[in-house]
Amino acid sequence: MTATATLERTAAPIAAPAKVRRSRPGGASGKRRTIDWLLLLFAIAAGVVIVAPFYLILINSFKSPAEYATSGPLVPPTHLYFDGLEKFWERVNFPEKVWNSVFISGAVAVFAVLLSVLNAFAIGIGRVRGRTWVVLLFLLANLLPQEALLYPLYYMFKAVGLYNNVWSVIIVFTVIQAAFGTYLLSSVYGTFPKEVLEAAAIDGASRWQTLWRVIFPISRPTLSVLLIFFFIWTWNEFLIPLTFLVSNANQTVPVAISVLQGDRLMDVTTTSASALLGVIPTLLFFLIFQRTLTRGITAGAVK
Amino acid sequence: MTTVPFVRRQRRPARAARTADEPLIPHRGRRGARGYWLYLLPGFVLLALIVIVPLAWNVYLTFTMWRGIRPPRWIGLKNWQHLLTDEKFWTSFQNSVWMIVAMVIIPTVIGLILAALLFDLVGRKFGGRTASFLRATYYLPQLLPAAIAGIVIGWILRPEDGALNTMLENIGLGFLAHDWLGNPQTALPSIMAVMVWVQIGYPIVVFMAALQRVDPELYEAAELDGANWWQRFRAITVTSIRPEIFVVALTCTIAALKVFGPVYVLTRGGPGTSTIVPAYYAYSEFFQAQQVGYGATIATALTIVIAAVAILFVVAQNHAERKEREGQR
Repeated sequence: MTATATLERTAAPIAAPAKVRRSRPGGASGKRRTIDWLLLLFAIAAGVVIVAPFYLILINSFKSPAEYATSGPLVPPTHLYFDGLEKFWERVNFPEKVWNSVFISGAVAVFAVLLSVLNAFAIGIGRVRGRTWVVLLFLLANLLPQEALLYPLYYMFKAVGLYNNVWSVIIVFTVIQAAFGTYLLSSVYGTFPKEVLEAAAIDGASRWQTLWRVIFPISRPTLSVLLIFFFIWTWNEFLIPLTFLVSNANQTVPVAISVLQGDRLMDVTTTSASALLGVIPTLLFFLIFQRTLTRGITAGAVK
Repeated sequence: MTTVPFVRRQRRPARAARTADEPLIPHRGRRGARGYWLYLLPGFVLLALIVIVPLAWNVYLTFTMWRGIRPPRWIGLKNWQHLLTDEKFWTSFQNSVWMIVAMVIIPTVIGLILAALLFDLVGRKFGGRTASFLRATYYLPQLLPAAIAGIVIGWILRPEDGALNTMLENIGLGFLAHDWLGNPQTALPSIMAVMVWVQIGYPIVVFMAALQRVDPELYEAAELDGANWWQRFRAITVTSIRPEIFVVALTCTIAALKVFGPVYVLTRGGPGTSTIVPAYYAYSEFFQAQQVGYGATIATALTIVIAAVAILFVVAQNHAERKEREGQR
């Protein structure tokens, strides 16, 4: 339960609506008093305040600096202007940065899930001795401030020639994300239906076969949710990519956009456009992954 | 963003250990349970290389003077002594306390109210669809990289013709308009605003998921007994989701102590030291001042504080749970 609860927690923005509706057949019900409308209005106002920055960035990314100077930041553009976006897009070579981010985050997500499965198999299914401490040891990777590892890692990667190479970042985040994955999957596997495993053993499956032919497919819903979260978390990382990926050609989206802030060639609407380019991938994840997440959660995470 | 959920972890392993220490797969042959350690091998090797060795090395560096080129020179406790009297270091932790206000206290309080509002009122009287739409809206900034969130808010806070200043002028408060990030008085509150914006969705989502657990009849019964919204909120909502409040407080406090991106993007710790945070201070000692030993000392101090916070929270949570069980008896 612990594990599914955590997953539900992290994934809930998208996952829970069905439940809300189910528990209250017919959706809206009850008398609506004035105070209810006022409170709803308050909730909507909070939403508007939270969305307002996105709106401002959106409308100003399509404005010319001249129009910004005359009509200000609050009104939508009278005609669309794409130069700011185009200028920034070309300046940072945006497709290259997107590819770097996708490659790094994708590789981390896959490797971290595989590593989590191996660790969790030993801890949750194998129930190795002192497993609570083993889990805690792994969690260390997630708990520590990255600064406490930063300089030694920087030095080590320089020594082995991985400095300024995307693989340095991939290795580091594989370990950091797998720490969380190990913690979560261990408790999921700890409650894995014993009958299924016994049946596999009777059929003569070895441990290795049981893991990949039985446990792995059955827990796939949980794993796909982990995969998506690892992807997004790695996409959002900043300090380590900033430190280890110094040349333009290797940078990730957040790093490339950040290092150009305050540059004297960045006029007001180009800066807005740069923020928009940083926001768009996130919005896309939100839209694309919505269904997978819901499926992952409703499939019941193994149980 | 924030992810070290200590979700009442202790309980189950303890109970499981008593009922069964046997592997879930019945084992044949001689290898027994020991063979499972092989599966941990890659994990342990990587953990050692990427976490354990660098961590130990970093602690060693705190006793040295190192500029990154010639071998480190042992100087004993000098870095630690300097740390204790370093005003910039203490300012950085003071600012961390403000980050905790912005990332833990404000989001938890507002999050509780909004989650309860969505669950108890909007969901019930205006339909689950409205409630989940609003929740998704609140959650949106949580998905942003913190550095990008900093850029978005920083753009709005631009000096002179920035969006916030224009808005203030439009409603006749033009005298309040100024250079928000360039003024030591308002730079820290500006960064706090970024963090509140980013963080607000997390507690709402967690709390709303937790509220699914609560029996709706409880609210209806309380309503029939004449309890008003505030009374229901305190007696039912807050009480039943206390474990989640603990988890949110712990994970967000740790995240608050680690803040780096928005400070790097918006102010680089300035003006002066008004927005310096430990993570950024350590970074600038490593790569700008080239005082690796001292940077390592700051990072180690931060690690100790984070570990202490985590332990304190877990102890407090266990204590609260024990008290609750005794109360029920």
